[in-house]
Amino acid sequence: MISVYHYMILAAILFAIGTFGVLTRKNTIVIFMCIELMLNSVNLTFIALSRHLGNMDGQIFVFFVMTVAAAEAAVGLALIIAFYRNKESIDVDDFNLLKW
Amino acid sequence: MEALLFYLVALVAVLSAFFVTKCRNTVNSALCLVTTFLCLAVYYVMLEAPFMAAIQIMVYAGAIMVLIVFVIMLLNIGSVGKSVYRHGLIWATGLGFLIFLIAAKFIAGGTVTKKVGTVTSEVVKDYGHTELIGTAMFTEFLLPFEIASILLLVAIVGAVILSKRKV
Repeated sequence: MISVYHYMILAAILFAIGTFGVLTRKNTIVIFMCIELMLNSVNLTFIALSRHLGNMDGQIFVFFVMTVAAAEAAVGLALIIAFYRNKESIDVDDFNLLKW
Repeated sequence: MEALLFYLVALVAVLSAFFVTKCRNTVNSALCLVTTFLCLAVYYVMLEAPFMAAIQIMVYAGAIMVLIVFVIMLLNIGSVGKSVYRHGLIWATGLGFLIFLIAAKFIAGGTVTKKVGTVTSEVVKDYGHTELIGTAMFTEFLLPFEIASILLLVAIVGAVILSKRKV
């Protein structure tokens, strides 16, 4: 029988993979997608615990996480486009204007 | 049967999540991420949250991924050269594994209590999941709902201003 622990371990695995991707990839869009993956693993934890505890609040939280993720996608991709227009590249190694 | 479905979908979800970080071509990464989102939607259905599964597919796999794929196509990135990864592959693997271990330790050590709330399987079946969500959102969580609408408006304006040619 599948318990809430199975879902939480799965969410932990997905979160760790997302962390790995954020730390290792060069491409900004792939890093962005890995952040979405981490948000989704947290959503899975919220819904599994909400179901387990018999409480609706976790699912409302997931709704707001999705709202913030949509806003983040819009603003973040606009930033990536503006950066690409200046540097002709989206590697994170080129984000170095504040470096000294 | 339920356990078999769980492990099968978990395998697909973890593999496609891994290939998000592994693929050279950015479009392939995006498609793998869509697969992960669909697997999570299956889990939401298994957890008796069909409304959440629907908006997972429509908002995440639909809207957000279309936006990402649109930007990938617009910038014409395609596949990159030899060095996909930045330095520090070993350290990142270790850190990711450490995060997983810490989370697993918390999950194994914590005691999740039994059902204390009122939303049981029968209530979801009687009232319908969407109605429960709507009732909670427009009574108890009305203020956060309105703040979320303002957040989306600000994000739209910000995105338009950021991607204008002359800032």
